[in-house]
Amino acid sequence: MFQAFFVDPFIMIYDTPLFFVEVLVSGLMAGVMYSLVALGFVIIFKASGVFNLAQGAMVLFAALTFVGLWEMGVNPWLSLILSALVMIGFAFSIERIVLRPLVNQDPIIFFMATLGITYFLDGFGQTIWGGEVRSLDIGIPNEPFMDLADMTGLYINKFDVFSAVVCSFLVVILAGFFTKTKIGRALRAVADDHQAALSVGIPLKTIWTIVWSVAGIVGLAAGILWGSKLGVQFALSLIAFKALPVLILGGFTSIPGAILGGLIIGSGEKIAEVYWGEAMGGAIEDWFAYVVALIFLLFRPQGLFGEKIIERV
Amino acid sequence: MEKKIGEVLLSVDHISLAFGGVKALTDICFGIREKEVFAIIGPNGAGKTSMLNVINGFYHPQEGEITYKGIHRKQMKSHDAAVQGIARTFQNVALFKGMSTLDNIMTGRIIHMKRNLFWQSLYLGPARKEEMENREYVEDIIDFLEIQAIRRTPVGRLPYGLQKRVELGRALAMEPDLLLLDEPMAGMNIEEKQDMCRFILDVNDQYGTTIALIEHDMGVVMDISDRVVVLDYGKKLAEGSPDEIRANQDVIDAYLGVPH
Repeated sequence: MFQAFFVDPFIMIYDTPLFFVEVLVSGLMAGVMYSLVALGFVIIFKASGVFNLAQGAMVLFAALTFVGLWEMGVNPWLSLILSALVMIGFAFSIERIVLRPLVNQDPIIFFMATLGITYFLDGFGQTIWGGEVRSLDIGIPNEPFMDLADMTGLYINKFDVFSAVVCSFLVVILAGFFTKTKIGRALRAVADDHQAALSVGIPLKTIWTIVWSVAGIVGLAAGILWGSKLGVQFALSLIAFKALPVLILGGFTSIPGAILGGLIIGSGEKIAEVYWGEAMGGAIEDWFAYVVALIFLLFRPQGLFGEKIIERV
Repeated sequence: MEKKIGEVLLSVDHISLAFGGVKALTDICFGIREKEVFAIIGPNGAGKTSMLNVINGFYHPQEGEITYKGIHRKQMKSHDAAVQGIARTFQNVALFKGMSTLDNIMTGRIIHMKRNLFWQSLYLGPARKEEMENREYVEDIIDFLEIQAIRRTPVGRLPYGLQKRVELGRALAMEPDLLLLDEPMAGMNIEEKQDMCRFILDVNDQYGTTIALIEHDMGVVMDISDRVVVLDYGKKLAEGSPDEIRANQDVIDAYLGVPH
């Protein structure tokens, strides 16, 4: 028992370092995909203090729209732009129909509203585009770089690298968007207190429309990448739950946190599965992330980069 | 000391506000003149806070007209109100609790920061310069309110009296023409009240800001206001100088009750 948990895995790592690197890299790449989903949550949480349950449904809806348009014979680039526009239109309607009447309500009310949005969006998307699984091939082969493999013996997947690049690109843009200057401050203000934010002249409606649009576009990116991995299907809306441990680790309000959280969860999961999986009966990949999150909640509930929790009694 | 009280800055005419069947305000008229300290008093539930909410656009009255800086309108919009120089504080302190004192006050500068998203996101060039200029303005306010020591403290941790002061700072950072204060001294001890009085008078004096305040401490109200309006059950009971109000029989009845 002791041997299987504390000795064998390390001997294995030591014996085949290259294999370890491979596991680590593939884990990190998977982590990037988690981060991408988590980012959508962070953006909305930052500007409303609300966990947007509908993020998963937005991922599915965006992906369905993209695939649907493409299948109708629209040029893929044009479908990409059109889907982004659809998500922006969606953000406008959410602000107008759902958020505006709820100004100054408790976060729990918003949370319940996002639950409603989830059901609506799941149904609406499948009513329009149908409920069957669609394959999505965006032309990035799901195979390793053979040159690299020949030279070093390291197998790194092209698709994984592509998604990592897309994700980094989004992160750079978002990080700029949420800087510590005016906008960042306005977002935090809106999340903290609607009425006070209005009183200093922060345009609540504009801010909400912007963040929901951005979350929708990030969702579109996540939907396309995950969709081409798993096929565009209802299960896509469930990957939202994979983002939960990432958020708990990274902190709900931090973009770097979402990235780092995703990387830690992704690589941790893979390494645990490969080296400790057998000793624990296999398939620990499925629950490992949640256990890590649970432990984190005990010791650092605000996450790695989250805002300190202050309560004055 | 003789103050220069100017023209009417904001006037409300025949304002009525109801929530369903509940009438919060009925046919209220008054004017707030430039550079004066104007007090709104009245028993609990008289509609004082509703009145402030109407002025800065949180509530939209069903009837009446609001004239601000010579422009007539049926209702204010809260964003317009802020941009056009109406700042306020709240009865129950509405600060951004997770943010530091400095960041809280900086939010008051948002309407004065014009650089676009592009520069903002790069945080350099003009945006950086703008940030610095506004930071300087905020530092002056921090000095003025004597809260240098808590500059970096998250406001959620501050005692109530200081939170109220930070909230005043945030309103001042907007460089308002009209400052609405909702019970600025509620829950304060004598010393804090004196400080707050001093700040209010100094703001009025140094910046020439017009102030409309709600306060329950009659001593304070009579001391610092130029004019007072009294509301009761959503109706205007009286308006006049502190001395006139003190002598007004309706007001005395409203506060002390009348034998039936």
